[in-house]
Amino acid sequence: MTAEETRAALASTFGVEVTSAPVMSVTVSPDRWEELGRFAKETLGCRFFSFLSAVDWKEQGLEVVAKVDNLDDNVSLLLKTRLGPGVTTCSSLTPVYRGADWMERECFDMFGIRFENHPDLRRILLEDTWEGHPLLKSYAVDTPHPPYR
Amino acid sequence: MALDPPVPIVPAPIWRNFKDLQEWEELHKTRPEGDKHSALFESITEGIHSFPGGFVVTTAADAFLNWARKSSVWPVTFGLACCAIEMMATFASRFDVERLGMVPWASPRHSDLMIVSGTVTIKMAPMLLRIYDQMPDPKWAVSMGSCANSGGPFRHGYHVVKGVDRVIPVDVYVPGCPPPPESLLNGLLLLQDQIAHFNKTGKKAPPNPKVD
Amino acid sequence: MLDESTVSRVEMDWSGPERLTMNMGPQHPSAHGVFRAIVTLEGETVVAVDAVIGYLHRCHEKLSETLTYAQYPSIASKTDYVAAMTSEFAYVLAAEEIGKIEVPKRAQYLRVVCAELQRIASHLLWLGTWCMDMGGALGGGATIFLYCIRERELILDLFEALVGARLLYGFFQVGGTRYDIPDGWVQKCRETIDLIDSRIDEYQQMLEQNAFFLARAKGVGIVSRDLAQDVGIAGPLLRGSGINWDLRRDAPYSSYQDFDFRVPVETDGDCYARYRVRMAEFRQAISIIRQALDKLPAGPISSRPALKSVAQIRIPKGEAYARVEGPRGEVGTYMISDGSAKPYRMKWRGASFSNLAILPHIIPGHKVADVVAIMGSVDPVFGEVDR
Repeated sequence: MTAEETRAALASTFGVEVTSAPVMSVTVSPDRWEELGRFAKETLGCRFFSFLSAVDWKEQGLEVVAKVDNLDDNVSLLLKTRLGPGVTTCSSLTPVYRGADWMERECFDMFGIRFENHPDLRRILLEDTWEGHPLLKSYAVDTPHPPYR
Repeated sequence: MALDPPVPIVPAPIWRNFKDLQEWEELHKTRPEGDKHSALFESITEGIHSFPGGFVVTTAADAFLNWARKSSVWPVTFGLACCAIEMMATFASRFDVERLGMVPWASPRHSDLMIVSGTVTIKMAPMLLRIYDQMPDPKWAVSMGSCANSGGPFRHGYHVVKGVDRVIPVDVYVPGCPPPPESLLNGLLLLQDQIAHFNKTGKKAPPNPKVD
Repeated sequence: MLDESTVSRVEMDWSGPERLTMNMGPQHPSAHGVFRAIVTLEGETVVAVDAVIGYLHRCHEKLSETLTYAQYPSIASKTDYVAAMTSEFAYVLAAEEIGKIEVPKRAQYLRVVCAELQRIASHLLWLGTWCMDMGGALGGGATIFLYCIRERELILDLFEALVGARLLYGFFQVGGTRYDIPDGWVQKCRETIDLIDSRIDEYQQMLEQNAFFLARAKGVGIVSRDLAQDVGIAGPLLRGSGINWDLRRDAPYSSYQDFDFRVPVETDGDCYARYRVRMAEFRQAISIIRQALDKLPAGPISSRPALKSVAQIRIPKGEAYARVEGPRGEVGTYMISDGSAKPYRMKWRGASFSNLAILPHIIPGHKVADVVAIMGSVDPVFGEVDR
């Protein structure tokens, strides 16, 4: 599907605005997250899973961002969903894209977002016994970790 | 047959939680420095040295043994990050380190030197200590690069140990980010000078301001 | 160290397989950095692998929120430290995209030359360490390693003349590059890549006539087309599995559209196919450098010259995702800026992180020795994996 067709399909199915600059992005509510992923993979042909991450917008809560590409038609799509303030759960894209596995583990590690239906959600970059989720804005970059000062 | 991914049974780390180097040295104070040779050897050496004129023998033995020790320092390949690439370049064709007798050896049980090249993170520090403990005496450690010296550009990170000397005692610090192979070779030659200062067949000399 | 937990894990069964959990710990001879693979074995065959990473997590993303756009490019080079130029490239491209900052043509061509030189240097290191892993450090493997390091040193000499540093540069700056090429550099560069061109022929001939190399690389670590796209691997891994995708051609950045080059694609998907892709990439990189040096325009090297303070560059509010084709694949930066001198959020899409995620899918079924060969052909750099 080309870029225009993609935009039209997204607008019609999800009824949301698709912004196109600088990269085509679509924001949905968290309950339609997995549906959006499946739609992107099966209908829009975006089979290349680039990355999945999150942004901490302080009072407005967390936002989960994923990027998928359609390599055949050269279309990039940024999928976003705003979890509300205080919400830390989101449905997982692992059943749709296998690459979301490690990316969601990293999101859990760094932001504390628990992904439902994830096969093996545990910390990936930090130790299993680490307390706190570093990339939240409330975590200071030089938080000391005993026994090291 | 269904294959489940293995659940990693990670055993609790058997390393000791050291606040800093002073605690490490407290623990190791009871262990004599230098070679773990027998008490008989120690007493013989003391006897020869206290005999009038016996220092000639021990000095000659020192010179010979120190030459042997410094000419054949085998580093354990402990590359962590970017400095590892420069360390590999030092071991390779242009800045050959084998002409100094240093054969990079993967097993810590057979090596003398640990060149800590790269950032030590909190997750990696117990592994580093475990490898260091596996090395037999006499052993030396060279801290290569600013990350190993003091935490480097990542000093303010939450997961970075601010210098490998919080985990193991270091003999030579090589600054740089990454130190070019010339700097590392300079550090290794300084280490060889340090080794040449062992007294009485194995005890470290106090720091000599002229050389150290 | 035999305690109860170890003994219980080795299931002794008269009629079925016995499984052993083996740790290829963070320090191991195959020179790839700090990576721990907990493999479950049945005899010599790997049944499952759990990759434990994070031993080099240096808090890049959190630190980037505390460092300005002028300070961070030197730190960015430490993510993919073997290909530092492309790492910095991704960061400054994102900042320039949000701020809509023009980059002069000369700077763009210089960036291309440096990125392609870095690709050659990185692939030389890959070839050397991969063959060393497969051949043994004191055995025949060190042959190719020493040869490749010898060539790589020539390229690092060029970088040292240009930037002052051999491995980690602060060459890229938001708005252009930081240094201009000195006199005689172009001539030296041409001589160097001519020499490397001939030497690559030699190594290719040496390797492809070696039966052991072919036995260890052919048919090992096959990645299917679907798996490749699903997991998100990129670069030579993707092109080795038959997918014709190269960011330099399909999403051109920094004047790559001015250059004429082919994109090598192999369909087998095994280690040998990836090897052939990377060897072909050597030649294409050499050709791009020659074209860029021929057409190098005169002009300024930066549109924001003479950096006087670290907070001089302010990027307006916005977000962008900029990606470059690094030697390992798609290195990208998803940056959200808030109008100040520091980014609000910066996510590194590390090529090696996605490439490494394929290991649990392709390793089961191979022997333990193949794990080393596959790791080498995936070519991870742990600065990028752990960030």
